Amino acid sequence: MKRNLIIGGALSALFVLAALISFVWTPYDHTALDIPNKLKVPHAEHLLGTDHFGRDILSMIMVGARTSIAVALVAVGIGMGLGIPLGLWAAARQGSWVDELIMRGNDLVFAFPSLVIAILITAIFGAGAVNAIIAIGIFNIPVFARITRGAALSLWQREFILAARVAGKSATRISVEHILPNVTNLLIVQGTIQFSLGILAEAGLSYVGLGAQPPTPSWGRMLADAQTLVSIAPHMALMPGFAIILTVLGLNLMGDGLRDYLDPRLRVART
Amino acid sequence: MLRYTLKRLISLIISLAVASVVIFFVIEVAPGDPASFMLGMNAQPETLAALRAELGLDVPKFQRYLAWVGGMLTGDFGTSYTYRTPVIEMVSGRLWVSLPLALYALALSTALAFPAGIYAASRRGQAGDIGVMGATQLGVAVPNFWFAMMLVLIFAINLRWFAAGGFVGWDKGFWAGMHALTLPAIALALPQAAILARVMRSSLLDVLGEDFMRTARAKGLTARQALWRHGLRNALIPVLTIIGLQFSFLLAGSIIIEQVFYLPGLGRLVFQSISARDLIVVESVVMLLVFSVITVNFLVDLAYAAVDPRLRSRA
Repeated sequence: MKRNLIIGGALSALFVLAALISFVWTPYDHTALDIPNKLKVPHAEHLLGTDHFGRDILSMIMVGARTSIAVALVAVGIGMGLGIPLGLWAAARQGSWVDELIMRGNDLVFAFPSLVIAILITAIFGAGAVNAIIAIGIFNIPVFARITRGAALSLWQREFILAARVAGKSATRISVEHILPNVTNLLIVQGTIQFSLGILAEAGLSYVGLGAQPPTPSWGRMLADAQTLVSIAPHMALMPGFAIILTVLGLNLMGDGLRDYLDPRLRVART
Repeated sequence: MLRYTLKRLISLIISLAVASVVIFFVIEVAPGDPASFMLGMNAQPETLAALRAELGLDVPKFQRYLAWVGGMLTGDFGTSYTYRTPVIEMVSGRLWVSLPLALYALALSTALAFPAGIYAASRRGQAGDIGVMGATQLGVAVPNFWFAMMLVLIFAINLRWFAAGGFVGWDKGFWAGMHALTLPAIALALPQAAILARVMRSSLLDVLGEDFMRTARAKGLTARQALWRHGLRNALIPVLTIIGLQFSFLLAGSIIIEQVFYLPGLGRLVFQSISARDLIVVESVVMLLVFSVITVNFLVDLAYAAVDPRLRSRA
């Protein structure tokens, strides 16, 4: 199943590359209005067509990739940065009040769907890319905490951990030096999946106006603009949609591929 | 079972209490006083004070919290700042759009996912399995609001089978209402169905490797009989959990889908209330959403324990 890893990796790399290139070059200025050329279908000069202001859709998608990737990446970072230590801590103190408190806290956050968190945050601080990051990030914390704790719990039963305890290492040192390296693979795979969910969430939030605000381009807002024009200029809705689908598909395939690649036990089980 | 139920019930009540505290105080620290927002910049201090008293904003926060929670327990969700109508009336009207939509989508998603997952599992590794799994990969990657726009483009604008948006209301009859909710429900259901089909498949594959499945075959059942009589029933347990979890995604997802179809549901109510700083409405709707998620998960846990006695002792 190395095919998944290659296809997924290539698709993901394509969009990361597009985002990076957009810092130095785009086919057109993504903010340049060109009213005479508005709503043009894809053709040689504008490969993905133009929008209702005559802006080049390819350039907007390239710059929009920056927003999507940045929001999703930082949100996963928040989730990992807080979730992993919490999960390690809960596992190290299994059954204690700390464990109970962390896990109940997780359940509580899980009861707020990420969109509801976003609505709450927007109600307080207003809409914007940073608030979208916080909303998606908060939702990621229990995901990583739970997965880290689950994997760490079974590791704590192993002999090499017992050996480390006999050697006098503290629970904190064992967690960092022995548990963490052994759950890294799992976390990388989950990180890829959360990254793709983050891109979907960012698109949804900016579609309803809770994400990045103009003039920052984002795929979700491009779709919101396209909505009223979908009957006369379907390409305005199709192109950003394809960008989202291909990126998310690529990341998911890469996650699947990585899981198979990093976990030799699965490779044996498959055959 | 009684002890387990009681334990879970206590944890349910604690979760709801903590959630209500979080929601209330998070929204209360929001900058922007509703009274001054309603009266505008040039309001006289006396008028402002009078309105604040009328809205009940002049009492300490803690008392307002108790009044809010106490009111909700007795079915009084307060009065909207902007519309001056009871929140419960505004919410219950919208609920009759959002809740049927979420349930409709849940039914569609289950109806799609079960056959797809069972088919894929029974043809593991063959072309049919690979085809279904490829389709689910795509289904997971499609944003539901974009899919909704495509449905509108094809089935409403080009084929004219459905209206492009709006809701006729249930007084036009059950089928007219369902007809109006069909495209939104499909849009909501597709990504969830893709996830559910994958869970169904992997859960079934796990069960198919069990010893009792070999025994079933050994006593003379065909692969198909063993699958339907023994495999499916055991594979359903994890699938039920996911269905419970998906309910919360569907409710949240309907907030976005309502925007695509201009449906007068809870989602639109929340967005209107945020821009009008009608905080009491936002608080109540968010609390209602969280309440339904926590309650559904509680019910799923109970159903789970009723089906699988091993789980009762673990709690």
